Amino acid sequence: MAKAMVLLTVVLVPIVLLAEWDIDEDEGRWGGHAYFALALILEAFSLLVFMADDALLFYLVFEATLIPTYFMIGGWGGARRGQAALKFLLYSLAGGLVMLLGIIGLGANSAAGATPSFLMNDLAALHLDGSIGRWLWLAFFIAFAIKAPMVPLHTWLPDTAEQATPGTSTLLVGVLDKIGTFGMIRFCLQMFPEASKWATPVVLVLALVSIFYGALMALGERHLLRLISYTSISHFGFMVLGIFAFTTPSMNGTLFYMLNHGFSTAALFLVVGFIIKRRGSADIASMGGVQKYAPVAAGLFLTAGMSTLSLPGTGSFISEFMVMSGTWQRHHWLAGISALGTVLAALYVLLAYQRTMTGPAAAEVEAHFADNDLTGREKLVMVPLIALILGLGFLPKPMLQVTENTVKDTMSVIGMTDPAPVVKGEK
Amino acid sequence: MTALDILVPLDIAAPQLEYRLLAPLIIVLAGACLGVIVEALTKRGPRHSAQVVLTGITLVAAVASLARNWHIGSFTIGSLGSVALDGPAYFTWAALLVFGLMTVMLFAERRVTAGHSTFTAMGSAVPGSPLEREAEAARSEHTEVYPLLLFSLFGMMLFAAANDLLTMFVALEIFSLPLYLLTGLARRRRLLSQEAALKYFLLGALSSAMFLYGTALLYGYAGSFTLRSIDAAIAENGGSDKLLLAGMALVFIGLLFKIGAVPFHSWTPDVYTGAPTPVTGFMSICTKFAAVLAFMRVAYVGLGAVRWDWQPLVAAIAVLTMAVGAIIGLTQTDVKRMLAYSSIAHAGFLLVAITGAVAAGNGLRTGQISSTGAVLFYLSAYGLSTLGAFGLLSMIRKAGGESTALSSWAGVGRSHPMIGALMTFFLLSFAGIPLTAGFVGKLVAFTTAWRGGYAWLVALAILFSLVTAFFYIRFVVVMFFREAQDPDVEVASASWVTWLVVIVGALGTLVFGVWPQPLLDLAQQASNFLR
Repeated sequence: MAKAMVLLTVVLVPIVLLAEWDIDEDEGRWGGHAYFALALILEAFSLLVFMADDALLFYLVFEATLIPTYFMIGGWGGARRGQAALKFLLYSLAGGLVMLLGIIGLGANSAAGATPSFLMNDLAALHLDGSIGRWLWLAFFIAFAIKAPMVPLHTWLPDTAEQATPGTSTLLVGVLDKIGTFGMIRFCLQMFPEASKWATPVVLVLALVSIFYGALMALGERHLLRLISYTSISHFGFMVLGIFAFTTPSMNGTLFYMLNHGFSTAALFLVVGFIIKRRGSADIASMGGVQKYAPVAAGLFLTAGMSTLSLPGTGSFISEFMVMSGTWQRHHWLAGISALGTVLAALYVLLAYQRTMTGPAAAEVEAHFADNDLTGREKLVMVPLIALILGLGFLPKPMLQVTENTVKDTMSVIGMTDPAPVVKGEK
Repeated sequence: MTALDILVPLDIAAPQLEYRLLAPLIIVLAGACLGVIVEALTKRGPRHSAQVVLTGITLVAAVASLARNWHIGSFTIGSLGSVALDGPAYFTWAALLVFGLMTVMLFAERRVTAGHSTFTAMGSAVPGSPLEREAEAARSEHTEVYPLLLFSLFGMMLFAAANDLLTMFVALEIFSLPLYLLTGLARRRRLLSQEAALKYFLLGALSSAMFLYGTALLYGYAGSFTLRSIDAAIAENGGSDKLLLAGMALVFIGLLFKIGAVPFHSWTPDVYTGAPTPVTGFMSICTKFAAVLAFMRVAYVGLGAVRWDWQPLVAAIAVLTMAVGAIIGLTQTDVKRMLAYSSIAHAGFLLVAITGAVAAGNGLRTGQISSTGAVLFYLSAYGLSTLGAFGLLSMIRKAGGESTALSSWAGVGRSHPMIGALMTFFLLSFAGIPLTAGFVGKLVAFTTAWRGGYAWLVALAILFSLVTAFFYIRFVVVMFFREAQDPDVEVASASWVTWLVVIVGALGTLVFGVWPQPLLDLAQQASNFLR
């Protein structure tokens, strides 16, 4: 699992840097070099988060990622970015401090049995059951639910994405928010299997609520960047559903989803960022008919959108299918209801495309987009992302094998096995 | 006993004093006395330099002799049982001396203030009177502040090591009196400063009285002032005596006043705001350090056997302290007041760790850190960040004086990235963000409290940490994300002494945040109180 996340991080950061190459033209608070430095610091901390084998180190770098992110949000982007940065930081700090409680509890309890240790393997061997395990589970889960925005702890994400630059949002949603789902598996499931099972009903319902809440909000949203952030909330709902369905396909699907969601959201955020930069506005109503003047941008927007709505042939399809089919094995109703979320996904992507790219073009749209299609650099940004989306869509096997072992381990730690298939009518 | 018996000369043995072990104390006291003589005998021109050099040499010499004693490992209860020369005392002395040295540097800063010191030209002149203007025109200044600082440090060192309540009381008075004076000597806003000094003095006198009354009651209970006898008396008589409980409460009130815990905190914001900024920095860490240590010594050594009686009490006070510090700190618009409430909140976090009372023989395993060790580390980390922050505070100026309004800091992060970045770093340390010493301090402090069976208290402490983080982060927002509004605010360039303090503070905060183990080990080794 950690390998896949490391791959995601090291692929996305150079792409984002290339996409934000012209950040000096923005009215940033500091020069572009500062943005690049912060992005690289963020990459370093994120890699450490995914690679940490020690709970305390994990916590240290988990919190440390906030500082560069805070300055990246507050330094570049919309007019109210300062407030957005503050909101982001307060939410994340709240989660972080709640997690500190869990870390302290873990450390104190590890000392009760043997020598004190923060190594995750030692902690997983503690088998903290009963009420103490549940309280600690809750502390970790709240922190990770804020990070992988789950309704009702999600409100920081739309506000942040609206104000931050598309590159920052890409890193935020593509890499940092994955720490949330990553942590749910690494901490909640592997260290507190008993408490995880105990809380499953509530978590599954919350995941379902996230799927539909995010999708419905995306349908009604008029601001393109906020729209994308709401689609992410919906997708994180799917990931959490996959984790807590406790089946091999659903969990492996989630791990694969974390990767695919990173690439497809990056593609969407970045191409929309290029379009918004040309138009000077992120309002859906201010566009329309763009594909006439900027066909490449419109085509890439459509491709990224197709990945977001999980069209077969994209990696997202494989992962979403695995999550739903895995969930079906245990919870028929939940899987059935969640499938409706994909219908909504098609609606919000296609409606957004229709409203912005097709139809008659207003005079302003012509003025901003005529002979102003994507530049070579911008196309170069999109090439690897589209290639990854399609590549993982047609050839998912190698990546699924990478994540397979994590799933096996986790399943055996929780002590769950896939339900045996039932053939109706057989005695 | 007949009258004759009294006339017979009593056979009083000359006290055996461990001069070598007491050397750090004696050196500081001698330096202070020497400073008074220098004050009287040197001419005005070289007087300031002479005082700075003398104070510096005194402190360095004290550190050297302390290092030697500590290295040899000579721990004992000396001076006829009244001074405990043990690990916690040595650690505190070292920290006090280092922080004292940093404070001296802040005292010596003259460049930001355009050539004069931050202290008033003539403390005895009525503010705004012709006499004061004359003194200012003559560029006279109070160089007594250096000996006063040394006297105060001597008192604090003795306070931290005092092993009987009477010595503790004397030490309390020794370090308080110079502080009352120093508080009233601000150059700017002198009325405010004098008011603060008076407030501090009156409330301080009240708390001293309570401490003394408590001491008397405990004497009545145990028949002795030494902590060991009180402990022995509890073992003998049981711990439910009214004298014991009343005496304990009163002694604790006196000590909690100096720590700045709620409900004995009301002096803190006013005194921190009114006092000259270097003095505020000195008080906020050194007073707290010594007082927390004295509190732990009384609570653990003298009253350790009635732990069950005082733990809930201290836990309640910790909750109150954190709540008041964090919540009222939210509404502050003055940086110094904000830091005052922040220091109240930190006192609460320290009390959380003290409440845990985990020590060797009381639930501590090898490789773990005891409550005392955690508190010592926390205070060291807090002190480094605090002194650094107060050093930076003096650089923002308006109309010739320091401007401590939060709005004066608007845009500083952009116009002076170095100051902004360092201040941010200190604030993050206060907030307990990882990779700063403040985080490690919070981690060990809360961990010991959890192990002591106070998980609920840790949960509340973390909640209030979040509340305090809000006002620290708001400060960062003002510095970096807001445009400068007041054109009169200027950022003065400080001389190397202030910068040295800031850099040492920042480096210490960083090093002990990234690589805390050596200091943690040292604090843990030093954490055993001698009984």
